[in-house]
Order: sequence, then structure tokens, then C-alpha cells
Amino acid sequence: MSAAENTDHNPAGLTVELGRDRPIRLDCGVEMDRVVVAYQTYGRLNQDKSNAILICHALTGDHYVADPHPLTGKPGWWEDLVGPGKLLDTDRFFLICSNVLGGCMGTTGPKEVNPATGKPWGQSFPVITIGDMVQVQARLVDSFGIDQLFCVIGGSMGGMQVLEWCASLPDRVFSAVPIATAARHSAQNIAFHEVGRQAIIADPDWRGGDYLEQGTYPKRGLAVARMAAHITYLSEAALHRKFGRNLQGDRDAFSYGFGADFQVESYLRHQGSTFVDRFDANSYLYITRAMDYFDLAAEHGGVLAHAFKGTKTRFCVASFSSDWLFPTSESREVVHALNAVAANVSFVEIQSDKGHDAFLLDEPEFHATLGGFIEGAARHRGLAAKGGQS
Amino acid sequence: MMMTLGSGSLRVDLKLIADMVQPGSRVLDVGCGDGTLLSWLGDNKQVDGRGIELSMAGVSAAVAQGLSVIQGDADTDLKDYPQGAFDTVILSQTLQATRAPKDVLSNMLRIGRRAIVSFPNFGQWRVRAGLAIGGRMPVTDTLTYEWYDTPNIHFCTIRDFTELCRVLNIRIDTAIALDRDGGVLPMSGAGWLANLVAAQGLFVLSRGA
Repeated sequence: MSAAENTDHNPAGLTVELGRDRPIRLDCGVEMDRVVVAYQTYGRLNQDKSNAILICHALTGDHYVADPHPLTGKPGWWEDLVGPGKLLDTDRFFLICSNVLGGCMGTTGPKEVNPATGKPWGQSFPVITIGDMVQVQARLVDSFGIDQLFCVIGGSMGGMQVLEWCASLPDRVFSAVPIATAARHSAQNIAFHEVGRQAIIADPDWRGGDYLEQGTYPKRGLAVARMAAHITYLSEAALHRKFGRNLQGDRDAFSYGFGADFQVESYLRHQGSTFVDRFDANSYLYITRAMDYFDLAAEHGGVLAHAFKGTKTRFCVASFSSDWLFPTSESREVVHALNAVAANVSFVEIQSDKGHDAFLLDEPEFHATLGGFIEGAARHRGLAAKGGQS
Repeated sequence: MMMTLGSGSLRVDLKLIADMVQPGSRVLDVGCGDGTLLSWLGDNKQVDGRGIELSMAGVSAAVAQGLSVIQGDADTDLKDYPQGAFDTVILSQTLQATRAPKDVLSNMLRIGRRAIVSFPNFGQWRVRAGLAIGGRMPVTDTLTYEWYDTPNIHFCTIRDFTELCRVLNIRIDTAIALDRDGGVLPMSGAGWLANLVAAQGLFVLSRGA
């Protein structure tokens, strides 16, 4: 079945194989001719295919935007925003979200079997980039016969994909919402990723990346990677509010040992141990690498504005005041570059103490701004107003 | 920040500015507040409008109306725009709150063909009297802040302003004297009388030859 026929929603998700007719050439030079993409759609594509919104997920996200996660049972990661009558209104828009190339929720990645060898790709999987992820998304969008997306939206690594779309396929993006993101991965962020990767690689159960074949799993390494990363998604204020220096419920004094005395330790351990049940260690290596390599200015002669030259896309850039992983200054760089080409851009820094993760949480001011932007863009695109007939 | 007066109606001085904007032109409103003027210009003159606003609440309200507004300020965010990006750049009641008014004016006329600037006149007799007779920093209808909480750091009189335009080789195309309610006074907006009686000055500027 072609992707275009799969417009009815299926909570379990959908898959499509791409690249058979025309191999996908990755930035590293490798060509892939059988890329399976796991994706999800919500709503219906309209007659002239002008109401499609592509949602780009973050590092450890997936295409279960508004459906229960099949492994954890938890609600979709952007369920607050996606649904009938919601901000990304499934009654009006056709929403697409796909698991990124290199991911581990059904899209071709290191966990999947390499058709050429019959074994999991593991470390033989080619190193991928944000550009490669976008290229695969574009093929998926092609399969629906959609020329131009009404909107491409995403936070964090999803925001990098949004920017990449706008730079490499500008005519295919009517409006763009890069949230809590940057046009390049900073040295500090690369450093945090490296800590995570080294934790995985140092785990003897990683087995040079061959753990699936050898029947082991680098649980401890991946859990430590997640623990370190998780801190960067929060803020000092948020951690203090949530845990302070409080001891765990059953303790009223220090144990004078290295068990989890503090609530914050126990919380992080929990984050680490649940993460390993849903995420592949090699995928973590590959996807963090893709983010590290991302530098939109470098791809355009060292001048970020060149990446957006002549753009007709309407932009809404948003950052959060307590986000120290993708601080407001990074969003401003993007805004300044867009101003330099006189692009149509809105930008707001939302006051929040919830850190980087704020883009996933209930932030009324952010949602009001985003909702207004989407409505304004829909009006300019000639899409029916909220509550109107399409 | 601007007040919202409901659809259709605009504050008197904003209406005056709005009337000076060409239909269908490209407009940048610096310090656009909640986007009242931009919204009116979009609805009534089909302008391609952009805004810059300092407050999150203002930006959020403006973007929520479908306007294109960035959170920023005149001092830091004008320099990025390319030359001639706009037909008209508007700075309403904000010049006195900028760190570098001279650079702001220069940048406005670099990125815009025309600039429309309004500001409180520190040369008005009420202000002069407040300081000369009262011996206190003036607080008037257009200058409502006490000295210790005012965001206004670079006051000027109408004469100061016209002198700066001369120094920067900026041409004054129109000069209007306004009373404290934004009503037009019957005199040259750039003359000595305006400098004495006008509560605000409203100027349309372009690059000198």
C-alpha cells in the first residue's frame, strides 16, 4: 500500500519503504535503497494537499506524538498540542510525524536488520546527519504527493530538522516553527553528548556495538548517558523545586553509603533505568552524533543568513528563558540571520523555569503564541479558519 | 506600550501615523507593543508589517493575532536588517528609551526609505516650568514616570531632535506638533513655538541628499 492511502489513523503507527526506485544518498557518501520509515499521521489531507504539518521529534522522541507509546504505555509526547480542536488541530490539518533515520522505533537504524547481511546493522550502520534525516522525511512527504508542507514544527533536535528543511528545501515549507533549538550544536552540547557516548562505549556489554548479536545489552552505560542528559533538559530551579535536598521517603538520615539517599538521585536512576527499556544504545550514539555534526552556517560559507537567502517561509522562533542547553542566544542567532534576509519572522522568549523540556510541557504563553502564529499562517495559506468548514 | 482600543479605533497619534503609511507598503514598527498599529495597518492598508517589541506579553499578544513580531529592541535588533528592507520604519514614543538614539535613527533610515518618529518634547513649557519653578524632575501627562523608575533615559526637545537630524544629514519631510492628547497643533512642528508648547513631536524623515 502506498503511503498516500494510509490517511486513516492507526494508533500502532504505519510504515513505508523508501529508496528502492531512487537510492537515498547520505552525507557520508553511502547510498541506501531500502529505508523503512515508521510514521504516524493524524487528520486528513485536504483536496489540494495544502494542510499538511510535519512534526519533527527530538533526540529520544518518536512518531507517537498523540498515541500511547507502545513500549511504555505513556501518553503521546505532544498530546497537549495535537488532537481535535487543539492547537495542531487534527480536524483541520493533516499531521505527519516519522521516526528519524537511525532511530529505534521502526525506522531503519542500527537496531534493524541489514537486508544485505541478515544481521542487525550495529556499528556498520552509516553515520547519519540532520540533513539525512530531513532527506528521508522529504521522501515520506513525497509519497503523499505533497509539494509544500503548510508547516514544519519541532523542538530541540526537531528544531534542527525544521531549520534544515527551511535551508535545503525552502520552497516546500510555507511556515516553520523551530523551538528551543540552534543552528549549530555548541561545544558544551557536544561535550555532554560525548559523556553519554563514552558511558555507553565503556559498558563491557556494548561489545563494540555488537550486543544484539552477542545477546547482551549495555544497560548501565545507556542509563548513565540518559541520567547525564536528563539533567541538561531541566534547570536548577526546576530541580530544586521538585526535589530540593530532600531525602527519599523512607529515609530520615544519610545512609553514609552510596545508595540513592537523595530524591534527585532516585529520580535520575529511575529516568536511566526506564530509558533503557525503550531506547537502543547504538541509536543513541548515531543520533547524538548527527546533532553534533549540525552546523547550518558552516554548510553555507560560514554565514548563517546565507542558509535562508530568498526564503519566503514564515518563521516563528521560540525559546525558553531557563533553557541552558539551547539558550535564547542560540535562537537569537537564527532570528538575526532571518532578519538579515528580511524574512518574515516572529520570535518570542517564553519566561519559564522549566529548562529545555519546557517545550514539551504546559506553557500557556507559548501555546497562545504558537496558536496565533498557526492561525495567521493558515489565513495566509488560504486554509479555513478555526471552526470553519474546510 | 500601546493601548488596545478595540477594532477600528486607534489612539489619535497612532491614527495620524497610520494615515502617513502607503497602502501595500513594507512597514517595521519598532516598539510595537501588542501590535495595535500593525494590526490596523494590515486590515486597512494591506501593509506587509513586521514588529519589534521588548516585552514577552506584547510579542505574545501580537503574534497571537497573526502578526510577525520579534522580541527584541531598537538598540540591538535594527542592525541586522539589510539596507532598504522596509518602505517605512516607525518608532512611536520609544526614541527616548533607547540607549543610542543616534544609532537607532541612523539604522532606521538605513533599513527604511522613510522613518516616522514621535517622541515627548522635553522643551514644552510644562516641563521647563516643572524644573525651573518646581525644582523637581518633571512628571506630566506625556512624561508620567518618576525619575527613579523611568525607562526614559535620553530625553530631547524638538530643537535637539531637529539638530540631530541635521548632524545625521536626515531630511525632515514633515514635522507636526501635537498636544498631550495627540491632537495636531496649528504651527510648524519644527519651529520654536512647537518647541515651547507641543507635548509631542511627530516627524517624517528620509535620507538627505
